[in-house]
Amino acid sequence: MTAIDSSHSATSSSGSIATRSTLLGTIAAYLTASDHKRIGRLLISISAIFAIATAIEGAILGIERISPSSSIVDADIIVQLFSALRFDLIFSVAAPMMLGLAVAVVPMQVGARALAFARSAMFGFYLWLFGVILVGTSYLNNGGPGGGNAEMVDLFLVGLGLVIAGLLLISTSVATTVLASRRAGMTLIETPIFSWSALVASVSMLLTLPVVAGAIIYVAVDHAYERATFGATEGVNAWIGWAFTTPQIFIVAIPTLGVLAQIVATMTRGKQPLRAGLLVGVGLMSTAVIGAVTQSSHTVSFSGSASDVLKSLIPYLFFNHLSILGVFIVLGLSLLALKNERAKLNAAFVPAFLGVGMVLTGMIGGAIFKITNLKLANTVFEEAVLVYVCYGAVLSGIGAVAYFGPRIWGREIPSAPVIGLGLLGFLATVLASLPYFIAGFADQPASIANNFDYSGPIWLWNSLVGAGHALMALVVLLFFAIATKSFRSGTISSATSADLFESVNG
Amino acid sequence: MNTSATALGAGPSVVMRRPALIVSGFLSAVSAMLIGSMLAIWLDFRSNAPLRESTEGGKMLRDWLPENIKIPEVATNTMMMTFVITCVMAQWAVYSSRRNDSKHTSLALSVVLLTEIALVNAQLAVYSQMGIGVRDGSYMTMFYAVTATMLVIIVVCMGFTLLALFRSIAGRAGDRDLVSAHALYCYAVSAIFAALWFVVYVQK
Repeated sequence: MTAIDSSHSATSSSGSIATRSTLLGTIAAYLTASDHKRIGRLLISISAIFAIATAIEGAILGIERISPSSSIVDADIIVQLFSALRFDLIFSVAAPMMLGLAVAVVPMQVGARALAFARSAMFGFYLWLFGVILVGTSYLNNGGPGGGNAEMVDLFLVGLGLVIAGLLLISTSVATTVLASRRAGMTLIETPIFSWSALVASVSMLLTLPVVAGAIIYVAVDHAYERATFGATEGVNAWIGWAFTTPQIFIVAIPTLGVLAQIVATMTRGKQPLRAGLLVGVGLMSTAVIGAVTQSSHTVSFSGSASDVLKSLIPYLFFNHLSILGVFIVLGLSLLALKNERAKLNAAFVPAFLGVGMVLTGMIGGAIFKITNLKLANTVFEEAVLVYVCYGAVLSGIGAVAYFGPRIWGREIPSAPVIGLGLLGFLATVLASLPYFIAGFADQPASIANNFDYSGPIWLWNSLVGAGHALMALVVLLFFAIATKSFRSGTISSATSADLFESVNG
Repeated sequence: MNTSATALGAGPSVVMRRPALIVSGFLSAVSAMLIGSMLAIWLDFRSNAPLRESTEGGKMLRDWLPENIKIPEVATNTMMMTFVITCVMAQWAVYSSRRNDSKHTSLALSVVLLTEIALVNAQLAVYSQMGIGVRDGSYMTMFYAVTATMLVIIVVCMGFTLLALFRSIAGRAGDRDLVSAHALYCYAVSAIFAALWFVVYVQK
């Protein structure tokens, strides 16, 4: 008899205990994580999974609209699918992906040892995830805005409230890290441009999301008790719908400017020309906050007297075009920096640049949408704007993971697939959106899949949109697989932490 | 020749720039935007209410506040005055904390907690005296929504006070950042309530 029992049963038993304890340990580690890289990875990964699901949803809706006289999806769930697409693009994909990047990267950039109030950010992540699950459950059971099941509509409102609370907690954590945890000697003006964009986006969310929450409280109380003041289930869209459209959606895309400027600034290895202009450009994009909190659409009409036109033109320009000017400034200064002879192309630049291009196209589309003479209201034009901005954010997210990933997780990601997927993602975004810009002018109605008609190749536009969404699902899936494999077993990265900063002083 | 490897020196120390105060600022902004948006919707409904003739005759009024509802102004005005006391006490806590005076800090925070309990009690008394149901109409539904949200904000402030009080009682007399952050939130909540008091209880 020996002191060590090497029998098979003992080994397997202890093995299973070890496995169990490892599994429990992993679960416990994820539940109580305070490491910013882990929290960021969770947000990015889960929003990428939701991006695939959302793109499939978009593909189904595109296919459904190819032939308005026949349907492949039950007519009762079409309303839910349209509403779910809008919710998912903003609150399940773009916002958490951008905040996840900020959580993972900002503490390293500002030289902080940890994310400020990291457990609060982790709690925010779980609130957001639980909220998205509740919203999904509500949609699956005839809930959501305009849903037929009143209890599920209530569940939707609760879920949306939780999503907002979660995003608020994460935003607070990111903004506090930039403001309170910078290393000694780093002034706010010297903060790396991505961290600056994360700060601007976080503060913008902190100012606009409570306004959505205020509307949700009124609608939820009314829906639970009276169902008259705010228009019962149909009123949900009327009072909260602004949170799913322009200019609120521009706020979630603010970090895309930071990603591009950061990549360009470190690619050139020189002093960023007019760096303060970059900070101003990112800040200008946040003027979308002013338009969002008014909870109304600032349109312009070019008919009537000159004074009438002027009366609507000034608020229209102020609320819609200032943020576009910010994107132009950042794009212009980034391209100016690329004139540096020492500039060396980084693969991540391709998706990041194309992502900002898509966001800009969506923003210009949003401004065109608000010219009432064009009669684009209630057409699919608005859906195209939303898809341009949110898929632009996804493309930018791909660029950011490719660029920051090796610096965070220590392993390289191959350049060729990043460039290839960036180009494919660009094609997917254009296919999923551009046809609806055209179909919008041809009066294809929004949120309707059957019984509509207009002069034009209906089948062509809708087939292209369906194909675009399907291609985007494939792009995100492939990038997710490549990134996971590379960061687990890829070659050791030679990137240094210095690559996380742009040169401030030349 | 010395060939031994030496570890890299420690990086520059991180200066935490009063994180509690910054978070308190964000919390104040979130609370202000929340109640601000609700008051904006309230004002929108009120300005769009149909006109009706005053009970005294001759005068046309917006048919917003139902005629049978009386706002208990004594209780609501007392709430507003209580907020002033809360602010003074919160500032006393900051003053004492700066002088490492644990006893006075704890005493001041205890009074703040007491005033906050009084505020919750006063709000419940307002509900009781008004005797309206949440299902009774647009005004009632919106009244309960906005005032109950304010009540939740007061309860959050109470939690903040409890946290600062426990730390003060435990001997962290020099916990100035937290006490200052608490005072900032108290001022913000008071300002937010002042806006709600004026719109809902004074202008009605």
